[in-house]
Amino acid sequence: PWTQRFFSSFGNLASTSAVIGNPMVHAHGKKVLTSFGDAVKNLDNIKKCFAQLSKLHCEKLHVDPENFRLLGDILIVVLAAHFGKDFTPACQSAWQKMVHVVAHALAHEYR
Amino acid sequence: MLTTDDKKLIQQVWERVLHHQEDFGTEALERMFITYPQTKTYFPHFDLHHGSDQIRGHGKKVVSALGNAVKSLDNLSQVLSELSSLHAYNLRVDPPHFALQLLSQCFQVVLAVHLGNDYTPEVHAAFDKFLSAVAAVLAEKYR
Repeated sequence: PWTQRFFSSFGNLASTSAVIGNPMVHAHGKKVLTSFGDAVKNLDNIKKCFAQLSKLHCEKLHVDPENFRLLGDILIVVLAAHFGKDFTPACQSAWQKMVHVVAHALAHEYR
Repeated sequence: MLTTDDKKLIQQVWERVLHHQEDFGTEALERMFITYPQTKTYFPHFDLHHGSDQIRGHGKKVVSALGNAVKSLDNLSQVLSELSSLHAYNLRVDPPHFALQLLSQCFQVVLAVHLGNDYTPEVHAAFDKFLSAVAAVLAEKYR
């Protein structure tokens, strides 16, 4: 719940139902996953792909990079719940590496 | 801290785990060995191939211990005391929180794979808290 500190402008995040029903959360979720999609299209160049976003997260948003790891792990659990048995161990392994690389890229421009 | 609602959810979900203890434990360990190969360093004496009897046996042991913890959510320190000593003095899984975190993530993935939509955000949060608490108790005696 401490991750909510970055979202004070999002309104009501006080309960699970408030979060799930919050339109700003939905919009932001879409934004984040769209960025992941960009990374998937640029797997050989993820650092470059996220350079601007990295600067943004450091200089404007002031997000501790530990949070990228937290979100990455949660995304994995969401994928597992949706894909069930199709989310094989090999699949999990590839995706854990992916979220690790994305987190690393997002932290890369921090000064 | 585990709330009353957390404890209820954990115990409810555990009813479903009970029928698949060995399978879930095995799958969690396999996922951990594949996704985080560094964890294999703690099992040089095991046959780590898919389907190995040793992984099955160990998976069952781990989930069974978690089951005991679920029965004593108000008293994790006491119920896990022997395992805590074992991890601290014999096994020395190092760094104490980190490696256990990896198993926790894999166990949550197994639950999500098998429960699908029933692995709601509330259930997810409750289990994340529970597994963190277990890991903390297991690391209590490190120094």
